[in-house]
Amino acid sequence: MRLFYSILYRDLLLAIRRRRELANPLVFFVIVVSLFPLGVSPDKELLSQMAPGVIWVTALLATLMSMDAMFRSDYDDGSLEQLLLLPGPKVLLIGAKITAHWISIGLPLVILAPIMSLLLYFPTHAIGSLVITLLISTPILSLLGAVGVALTLSLRSGGILSSLLILPFYIPVLIFSTMAINASANQLPVSGYYALLGAFFIISALLIPFAVVAALKVSYN
Amino acid sequence: MMQFIHKYGSPRYYYQWSRGWQKWLAIITVALLAIGLYQSFFVAPPDYQQGETVRIMYIHVPAAWMSMFVYMVMAFSGIVALVWRIKVAEIVIGECAVLGASFTAMALITGMLWGKPMWGTYWVWDARLTSELVLLFLYFGVIALHGAFDDPRTGAKAAAILAIVGIINIPIIKYSVEWWNTLHQGPSVTKLDKPSMHISMLIPLLIMAIAFKTFFLSLLFMRSRAELLSREKNASWVKEIVKEMS
Amino acid sequence: MKEFFAMGGYAFFVWTSYAIVAFLMIANVVMARMKRKKIIREMQHLAEES
Repeated sequence: MRLFYSILYRDLLLAIRRRRELANPLVFFVIVVSLFPLGVSPDKELLSQMAPGVIWVTALLATLMSMDAMFRSDYDDGSLEQLLLLPGPKVLLIGAKITAHWISIGLPLVILAPIMSLLLYFPTHAIGSLVITLLISTPILSLLGAVGVALTLSLRSGGILSSLLILPFYIPVLIFSTMAINASANQLPVSGYYALLGAFFIISALLIPFAVVAALKVSYN
Repeated sequence: MMQFIHKYGSPRYYYQWSRGWQKWLAIITVALLAIGLYQSFFVAPPDYQQGETVRIMYIHVPAAWMSMFVYMVMAFSGIVALVWRIKVAEIVIGECAVLGASFTAMALITGMLWGKPMWGTYWVWDARLTSELVLLFLYFGVIALHGAFDDPRTGAKAAAILAIVGIINIPIIKYSVEWWNTLHQGPSVTKLDKPSMHISMLIPLLIMAIAFKTFFLSLLFMRSRAELLSREKNASWVKEIVKEMS
Repeated sequence: MKEFFAMGGYAFFVWTSYAIVAFLMIANVVMARMKRKKIIREMQHLAEES
């Protein structure tokens, strides 16, 4: 367990040092959300209906953009290889890196999203469910993204390929989250959706690190 | 079990025993297709609601079934390739990805052509078609990942992991898409799902379904054998075979 | 006979579907064959050179 915390601490420290780069996906998120009223229509009714989906899809894309940061710099300078040689279960190492990634990108998104949602006339009583779904789901996004990044680590144009691989797996998360938000907007029960997302998170958290370890082995072939 | 896998999975032995299977499967495929097509067009009745367009069902549904079946074969080969490092399994993964994408494309195209006379538009975001579309994306992912590596063995291992992650996610994706669809359901219910099917329609459908399976297996053997020759080109048994052919 | 081809007015949809599926199936077989021939030809060239 000490391995987990020390890696987590290390990665967060590195993230703080690189905070300029990490801000880029967040800026992307802000800009792209603003593009929708510009490209579609500033009509209140229309935007209000589209808002949950737009926020969510843009959050997905922003998360994808930030995925590379999880392993690439460590891979490039060889430190990932060293980390993998450390004694202790590798899945904990992976878990720590994914957690650090989530703290540095997922959590800021959870904070930014409700603010951006105001720009889209988001139904105000549903903003709570927006925050909750993002809170439960962004770790899932980091987990799933980790598999894509780990598989394409040794490839030159790995970034875009990894995004293409991961996006289909994001679809259930997207669907359940936006359904939860729409239910909340219509004053319908949401707890079922939260439970589903929570279950998805737990299963991913338990299984995905093993897949990531296997993928890293392939990349280091 | 291990010995069984290692024996039949060894490249040289696989090349031998697959030859017979490929030939017989090809013959069975042609026979079943002939019977199935005859049944589909001349024996099965036109549908009470859909008229003659129901004939499309006899290729759309088998294609859709195959798109799922091939993915399972691919994921299973992935497990065999990763756990026991069988070279033949690695080749099968790559071939299944391409063949599976073909079947998925067939299912989508026939689905669209069936949909236009039924619903008025070529595309409808119903659960079935949407799931097939996502499946196509998954296949594209495996194909892209497999081909991105210089060493095909590494590529196969990466594709195997992706396929295994995919097979776990596919039920989740299907479930979420169905749920999404029922929530946004318009007044017209999809007519592609039939609650119960008359035996006169079921038999041609099953015959065509089996024909598609044998077609897939025969093609899989054909392609994997060719690929095997290429990958094992330095082995003495391969050089013998090539010499005999000239 | 003409009725058969007309498929109750849906001729375009039914026959195009079957045509595309047939095309994809045949294309797969042809490509598999060509791949095999190409590989064998290449290896024969290699064998001759050595």
